[in-house]
Amino acid sequence: MRYKHPDETRRRLMGGAAAAGLLAGVDALLPVWARSPTSAAGAVRPPAAGAVQFDLTVARQRIDIAGKSAWAHTLNGTVPGPLIELHEGREALLRVHNRLDEDASIHWHGILLPFELDGVPGVTFPGIRPGETFEARFPVRQAGTYWYHSHSGLQEQTGVYGPLVIHPAGGYQDAFDRDYVVMLSDWTFEDPMAVLAKLKKQSHYYNFQETTLPQVIAAGTPAWRDWLAWAGMRMSPTDIADVTGHTYTYLMNGQHPDGNWTGLFRPGERVRLRFINGSAMSYFNIRIPGLPMIVVQADGQDVQPVQTDELQIAVAETYDVIVTPTEDRAYTVFAESMDRSGYARGTLAPRAGMAAAVPALRKRPLRSMVDMGMDHAGGHGGHAGHDGAVQPDGSAAHAGHGAGAVDHAAMGHAMPASQPAAANHSAHTAAAPASAKTGRERAAPGSVVATHDADTHGVGNVAVAQVQRDRTAEPGTGLADVDHRVLVYADLRSRAPGHDARAPQRDIELHLTGHMERYMWSFDGKKLSEVTGPIEMRHGERLRIVLVNDTMMEHPIHLHGMFVELDNGAGAYRPRKHTVSVKPAERMSLLLTADEPGRWAFHCHLLYHMHMGMMRVVQVV
Amino acid sequence: MKTLHTLLALALAASALPAGAADAGAHAMPIDWQHVHEDSHPFGFALIDRLEYRDDEGPNHLLWDAQGWYGGDYNRLWLKTEGESPVSDSNGEFEGQALYGRLVAPYWDLQAGVRYDRTFGSGPDRDRAFGVLGVQGLAPYRFETDLALFVSEDGDLSASAELEYELLLTQRLILQPRVEINAAAQQVKSWGVGSGLNDLQLGLRLRYEIRRQFAPYVGIEWVKKFGDSADFARADGQDTGNLALLAGLRMWF
Repeated sequence: MRYKHPDETRRRLMGGAAAAGLLAGVDALLPVWARSPTSAAGAVRPPAAGAVQFDLTVARQRIDIAGKSAWAHTLNGTVPGPLIELHEGREALLRVHNRLDEDASIHWHGILLPFELDGVPGVTFPGIRPGETFEARFPVRQAGTYWYHSHSGLQEQTGVYGPLVIHPAGGYQDAFDRDYVVMLSDWTFEDPMAVLAKLKKQSHYYNFQETTLPQVIAAGTPAWRDWLAWAGMRMSPTDIADVTGHTYTYLMNGQHPDGNWTGLFRPGERVRLRFINGSAMSYFNIRIPGLPMIVVQADGQDVQPVQTDELQIAVAETYDVIVTPTEDRAYTVFAESMDRSGYARGTLAPRAGMAAAVPALRKRPLRSMVDMGMDHAGGHGGHAGHDGAVQPDGSAAHAGHGAGAVDHAAMGHAMPASQPAAANHSAHTAAAPASAKTGRERAAPGSVVATHDADTHGVGNVAVAQVQRDRTAEPGTGLADVDHRVLVYADLRSRAPGHDARAPQRDIELHLTGHMERYMWSFDGKKLSEVTGPIEMRHGERLRIVLVNDTMMEHPIHLHGMFVELDNGAGAYRPRKHTVSVKPAERMSLLLTADEPGRWAFHCHLLYHMHMGMMRVVQVV
Repeated sequence: MKTLHTLLALALAASALPAGAADAGAHAMPIDWQHVHEDSHPFGFALIDRLEYRDDEGPNHLLWDAQGWYGGDYNRLWLKTEGESPVSDSNGEFEGQALYGRLVAPYWDLQAGVRYDRTFGSGPDRDRAFGVLGVQGLAPYRFETDLALFVSEDGDLSASAELEYELLLTQRLILQPRVEINAAAQQVKSWGVGSGLNDLQLGLRLRYEIRRQFAPYVGIEWVKKFGDSADFARADGQDTGNLALLAGLRMWF
């Protein structure tokens, strides 16, 4: 049943150490890239000459992780897996050896390559049988920060993921002195199938931040009204994350917060941090108190530098930031789970062993009527501010009153699906400063760009977004009223203009749908197994993909094999992304040049949503 | 608990229900490729909602009320059982149902199947069978709802309605009001059933979820019989109303 790794005995011996010692000793069990460096040498190695060959071995073994000993799926003996460094313009030969007693796979997330090498069992290849080796040999056509992970069953949750960095052929445009991968992930000691089964039986199983009756009573009349409104819809405004810190330990570079992964710097140096969210189910809000971050890359694609104090990273996204710590002190790298049930944490410090204050977890956020796609939400001008406004301490939040600068003119007028962008541009121009403002005023919801038609997507879907908004200029859930700058999608502008200036020839509209109570997830109300064929695209075709989120939670939607251009008002400088987080009740417009032939997976990157069928296959012929 | 799960699985296999049959549409893949993205495998759930000791005004009772399902997203086999027995003797009543449930609206299962009632203990055991048609689901404002119509083997029609609600006092301390109403179209004297409204049960249980799956509780329940049902009870020397103090366990697997 279980493959025994030669190192297992040694690992088990170390596992017997006391918890504190274990956390300290765990560093040595991590891949080289994830260890806290002990000297001031750079972390990522400089480019070497020639083609790059890399061998990955998937195995099941007992390792020390998150402060305990556990069975995991490892890559070359560790969780996360090793850092794969490739070089733009050179060939890569990636070999995956399966030492499991079940099928395995590795998907190279965000990498342009022939589809047969993309690593999705049942879609692009049969899967790697036990004992077999899979070879992916391809020319590297891009640069940037990416990652790789299993696409077999729920193996990703048990450890099959790692970072992949491609160095640009012409050298880096942004100067930096140090380069660190900061990979975030969520670890559970439960069997992932048991986690899924619990969600199937009681979908709020892991939510221990629900609104209680005493909180409603203490908060008074508006809270009662909201509580009734949510109950009437059979939903909960506290439904932020399906799986929470109740079972998850959040890891930074494979390390428990107490393990304190540390990146070293000399004061005044420019430090590049390559944030990768390799979680199965967890969005994070990342900040480094006292240190502004200059975002230079998103999903591996260079963006025009934009300064921020906090950014929300969806599952499967990557963001590269450059920070310049000038003081001779430690800074905490704080990645709070979006539902604020836990955090991953590390440190930037001039010397090993230092630590800065770790911020307290903030109050958990709440869903609003805007998230529900309710048509009265805009009419009341910032009604979102007091919806379900019961905070854990029993106080009522009143931040939003009167803040709603809503586009009433657009309300109720469905834009032609092909041109939602036309209405968006002006809104973006107006909304752009919102992301840079530092006041506590809550950002207004985005403009209404469409209304939902009569199709409610069948019995597997519980709600639709009656009004759909452009939400690219809105901060992510929980970041609307923080008192510092927050990165929003509208801030992202590609550094180079898009290479395809053609207008889209046709639209493909997909609705993100689901049923929280039954834990069913789908597109247009249908699971992958309920549709009979792939979404067809013609090779070279210029398309608009419209994603409408009919659910009340964010979904990170990932297209394999091709980058989409996020229509966020940046015109020719639309950012190119492999994963887009679609907010509740959002209508998101993506442009795509279908220039990569083959069969590509297209799915929600929340692992259990994908596993429950929130997935399609795109075929470019 | 494992046994119950196995039983449910066996029952499903025996009934050859198309659990998840709606999910079987194969994607256009080469046939030798394993369909790894299996999004429709069946799950099973067993809930012992009430397993309690009741300090009644008359003889004290043990009561159970359990239900479970096995199947996919759209089609499920449901099993339900309910019954009670006085603590002082081995007499009692058992009720069991086996139903096919289909998701017909986002929050609603339409259920159809059979019910079997049996008395046990001293005296001759009696039994009767019913056909069942019901809906079960989550009503607006989050009322757990179970409505059913029963047609007995003798053609007698009856109905029941159960509503449960959950009020969170803390994340783990949960107050659960419960209402049950039974009614019948025809009198069935041998079972003490009058025509019209038979009885009303109002319960209030306070449970503490040590784990989600395991919660001890205490509570009270008031039962009142009406009309002919009350008359039959009186004639039988029973009370027509009862207030019970109770303590029990709620568990699921």
